[in-house]
Amino acid sequence: MQLTGAEIVIRCLQEEKVEYVFGYPGGSVLYIYDELFKQDKFKHVLVRHEQAAVHAADAYSRSSNKIGVCLVTSGPGVTNAVTGIATAHMDSIPMVIISGQVPTAYIGQDAFQECDTVGITRPCVKHNFLVKDVRDLAVTLKKAFYIAKTGRPGPVLVDIPKDITNQKCEFEYPKTITMRSYNPVVKGHSGQIKKAVQMLLEAKRPMIYAGGGVILSDAAEKLVKLARSLGYPVTNTLMGLGGYPATDKQWLGMLGMHGTYEANMAMQNCDVLIAVGARFDDRVIGNPAHFAEVSRKIIHIDVDPSSISKRVKVDVPIVGNLPDVLDELQKLLEASAGVPDPKALAAWWKQIDEWRGKKSLKYKQGKEIIMPQYVVEKLYEVTGGDAFITSDVGQHQMWAAQYYKFDKPRRWINSGGLGTMGVGLPYAMGVRFANPKATVACITGEGSIQMNIQELSTAKQFRLPIKIINLNNRYLGMVRQWQQMFHGNRYAESYVDALPDFVKLAEAYGHVGMKIERPADVEPALREAFTKHKNDLVFMDFLTDQTANVYPMVAAGKGLSEMILAEEL
Amino acid sequence: MRHIISILIENEAGALSRVSGLFSARAFNIESLTVAPTEDASLSRMTIVSTGSDDVIEQITKQLNKLIDVVKVVDLSEAAHIERELMLVKVRAAGKDREEMKRIADIFRGRIIDVTDSTYVIELTGNGSKLDAFLEAIDRSLILETVRTGVSGIGRGDRILKV
Repeated sequence: MQLTGAEIVIRCLQEEKVEYVFGYPGGSVLYIYDELFKQDKFKHVLVRHEQAAVHAADAYSRSSNKIGVCLVTSGPGVTNAVTGIATAHMDSIPMVIISGQVPTAYIGQDAFQECDTVGITRPCVKHNFLVKDVRDLAVTLKKAFYIAKTGRPGPVLVDIPKDITNQKCEFEYPKTITMRSYNPVVKGHSGQIKKAVQMLLEAKRPMIYAGGGVILSDAAEKLVKLARSLGYPVTNTLMGLGGYPATDKQWLGMLGMHGTYEANMAMQNCDVLIAVGARFDDRVIGNPAHFAEVSRKIIHIDVDPSSISKRVKVDVPIVGNLPDVLDELQKLLEASAGVPDPKALAAWWKQIDEWRGKKSLKYKQGKEIIMPQYVVEKLYEVTGGDAFITSDVGQHQMWAAQYYKFDKPRRWINSGGLGTMGVGLPYAMGVRFANPKATVACITGEGSIQMNIQELSTAKQFRLPIKIINLNNRYLGMVRQWQQMFHGNRYAESYVDALPDFVKLAEAYGHVGMKIERPADVEPALREAFTKHKNDLVFMDFLTDQTANVYPMVAAGKGLSEMILAEEL
Repeated sequence: MRHIISILIENEAGALSRVSGLFSARAFNIESLTVAPTEDASLSRMTIVSTGSDDVIEQITKQLNKLIDVVKVVDLSEAAHIERELMLVKVRAAGKDREEMKRIADIFRGRIIDVTDSTYVIELTGNGSKLDAFLEAIDRSLILETVRTGVSGIGRGDRILKV
């Protein structure tokens, strides 16, 4: 049957079993919106800014492993989406972005709402396409979904000129796709895996370092099994939180710039390190030269060969899909006659327990001023540790990561790589669409929340009972912390003046607002929000300590074991 | 170290910018880049000359392989290979210089492919250092214009880069 390009787009999305499209209409996508209007197989979520559409689709994907889809118009629709696309790209999130383009004949003529979409987005997508012939449309969309979710996942953009959406051709959706230029590796090299098993069994001071790849590939269960059968300590990166249960005794906490003392010390002092779906980035290992000063054997499992030996030289590289590689590793381990050296392991755990004794996350909650860490701890208690937590970027993000103990994967949703302020609220929306019954809280600050505050309107329209935990210290806190520590207390433009009355603002959008000023009120307010207002969006404005800093801290350029601890100040 | 990297890439619009964009975004160095379709018109072959430590070259090949449109990548300089570059030089060739220019072109096995009463265009192929040597050998003040294609390379013997 002959279908128009717009009809083909809709049919392809239906074939991919898309549930939601996050988007914003405009001139170049009107034919697509017209066809969208005529169907009811998937729903459209109208956001209030294209950036939020991409973030929502991104979180929909992060919290479910389904592919988030968004639809934006040409020109400003695309440029507004770029921040969202770059955010997803840095964290390897599978997504498909469909953008309108000016008609084919107008391309390059500086037409109204024209921009070079493929050019602008090229460095921040896994791949992108410009469709120049309606007969290529279906196969291009199929490729987009295939590329987005296979190998190291990532966002894929398909740019469709307006005239293409109104031309007709025969429609057939390909069942499978093969590309001679794209064949992601699945199984790891068995010789390398054998070497890894040997190395792991010979370790005296072993360490498991697991990143976001564990979450993305749904490998958490297999990782837990491996770690438990070895009895080795585990640390997670910011992106990996929930990949290993935070309440487990083998877990040392998050590592990195704001990691725990025990995690960073164990990372620096181990003799065999196995990195699983992690990439040794600058916020994780600090100065690579300092990291390399200590000799240790490194095993690195990753689906992306270019992540291996990029910042740190490794001894046993294993390229493959994590669940497959971990399965084989487990099998060989169980078949092996060797066991970890019990004496060495006991001594290593004794050392780790000494480091734990530093209690690097302790803080003091007085009677007068609310400490931000306290709010996160109470939130953990009130939600029974079972909520989906989204965050924005800054101090509150680190406190959320440090004090909310994630036991399950896909519960911690934040922008780790790009560090995008303003993701928190649209992330919470995306999570709720993917998990319609879930408890969702957005931990944010008064700086970040204002970067996508307009989405309070979308949340109202779709009745999303998100709980916004605004840790309001009237400062861009992380900027202020760096200015205090590294720029002689000169707080250049980090004080946020003329803040809105967030309670009234929430009410103006039709939500519930609360202002919490005293430590004693924190827990009762949270309980009220999560019980009495279970079905409402509640904006909780917590006035918190203006001088609180995030500790421990590894200053930029310093080594992982050169931490500044709260007690030292 | 200097490396010659050969790439087979889908001959699609924008393929070149994906490669050149990768080099600039990751601060990799490009000395020269040549590209043209192969005997199979759906594929283009690119030759990139780059310099960098072994780690950098390893990243370059890995990152190139990661591009969705790239079918194959090979570092030609890892084994026996041939490289050639084409140069066209327009020189002043009048009076006593005319004979001398012809003589040097002959020594370098260059061909004169355009002649006026005061100029020659000389065509020269070889590796980069031969072309450099030619420019050194002639009187600099006589050079009016030069254009070089950049290096193309191919493996020797049984080393074949094909889909």
